[in-house]
Amino acid sequence: MFDLKDLYRQVIVDHNKSPRNFRDMSDATAHAEGHNPLCGDRLEIWLKLDASGATIEDVSFKGTGCAISVASASLMTEALRGRSVAEFEALFGKFHGMVTSDPTLAVDETGLGKLAVLAGVREFPSRVKCASLCWHTMQRAVAGDGTVAHTE
Amino acid sequence: MSNFDPASVRADFPILDQLIHGKPLVYLDNAATTQKPNAVIEAISNYYRQDNANIHRGVHTLSERATRDFEAAREKVRAFLNARESSEMIFVRGATEAINLVAFSFARMANLGAGDEILISEMEHHANIVPWQMVCAERGCKLVVVPFDDSGTLDMEAFSRLLGERTKIVAITHVSNALGTVNPVAEIVRQAHALGVPVLIDGAQAVAHTSVDLQALGADFYVLSGHKLYGPTGIGVLYGKKSLLEKMPPWQGGGDMIRSVTFEKSTWNDLPHKFEAGTPDIAGAVGLGAAIDYLGALGVDRVGAHEHELLAYATGQAEAFPGVRIIGTAKEKAGVLSFVLSGVHPHDLGTILDHSGVAIRAGHHCAMPVMTHYGVPATARASFGLYNSRAEVDALFAALRRAQELFA
Repeated sequence: MFDLKDLYRQVIVDHNKSPRNFRDMSDATAHAEGHNPLCGDRLEIWLKLDASGATIEDVSFKGTGCAISVASASLMTEALRGRSVAEFEALFGKFHGMVTSDPTLAVDETGLGKLAVLAGVREFPSRVKCASLCWHTMQRAVAGDGTVAHTE
Repeated sequence: MSNFDPASVRADFPILDQLIHGKPLVYLDNAATTQKPNAVIEAISNYYRQDNANIHRGVHTLSERATRDFEAAREKVRAFLNARESSEMIFVRGATEAINLVAFSFARMANLGAGDEILISEMEHHANIVPWQMVCAERGCKLVVVPFDDSGTLDMEAFSRLLGERTKIVAITHVSNALGTVNPVAEIVRQAHALGVPVLIDGAQAVAHTSVDLQALGADFYVLSGHKLYGPTGIGVLYGKKSLLEKMPPWQGGGDMIRSVTFEKSTWNDLPHKFEAGTPDIAGAVGLGAAIDYLGALGVDRVGAHEHELLAYATGQAEAFPGVRIIGTAKEKAGVLSFVLSGVHPHDLGTILDHSGVAIRAGHHCAMPVMTHYGVPATARASFGLYNSRAEVDALFAALRRAQELFA
């Protein structure tokens, strides 16, 4: 049977308690807000791209939400610093694929690194939105269109 | 102690007899919807097996039976709430539709406009906020909100102050779904009527816990949802005083609500049919009638006393539980324990408790202004029904301890 500790792994509990990159950024080149109207989760993401606009020099977030949502945002910011925008898009695709994959199949962790700790979310369809809100918000920041990301 | 033993009714609810994640189901989400006894499930099933037909038109036997059963259900609702006439009971989809009906039809009848006020409270469910907001946006009238204090008690001084000659209708909940607060509805009606202002009471959260005597209460409108009363979803009731309903225009047009139709003009049917356009949820009404029979046989006040004991027991445990903050501590409460646990977001609690078989609600409870009042995005809410026991309250708190350990 699925163990609750497979969802709330120690890494997730830890990132929820002490989220990394949990700050605003005065010299950000982009900023976006995300909102999950179902549960009231709100988060803001700040992004600093290099001069060429291709590389993520810094990324930070602030907000309120459940452990899955806070830990996912924290882990995402760690994973994205120093990566290219193209790599972000690819990683988002892989991450989304993992949390929406068939729970009876083996998890494909290729290229996901630490983000794979969120694989347990796929057992909880109602919680997929919690894990993916930060990624959707990040996409808005990258697109720089100033709109609020919604999970609905 | 109440003389009600939940063990005696457990077997009436087949859904309760199951394991969730390997643990016995502990259903504490009764404020969202209640489970259905066999009597209700069988009444619906029998209706479709034996009596199904459209009502108020066919002359054949099945149609006569269906009409008889539907109208018998209306009479059961009337008797349950002690209204004067069954023609004052309108079948609708639920409390939400009932409030929408009143909001739009009453606004047209009273020709609400600039300078007019609609008085609601800060603890309303979205269903008793949004329809009035829509009316205000359409007609330029103003929504005025009575605040509650930090215990979740309605500020009756503010109510008296805000109620005035500009007030055209008062719409306030009987029992708050997010806080459990029981409002002094009789006093609200008394004060409003002293100024000639009609009152709508949202009884969705009240009728399963306390007996309601509409003739004694004197409210002009009273609304309820069948599914919070051990009946099916999709059926609810609007009670309205005949004198008002007769003056109010129909809300929806269609079959059954007319007397005659030509392309030049249509005329309206009598009450209650004027407000029941289209084929209603006949099976739903039959199921609601069965639910009322079931609850009536147990005694709604006996059930309410049992739930109150559970609430007191659970509140005592919550007060002693490190890190728990109870949201809603009014003196008069019914059936609802809303809380937050420090360090564990309500949504995580919902998932963790579910793994112990304990079903609670986590979220804003369709009462976002209440969440804003307390500065929380969401709460966890345990709400009690007639089949719940003290052992289930213990299971809730055991699961809370497990959540705390997991997040430690």
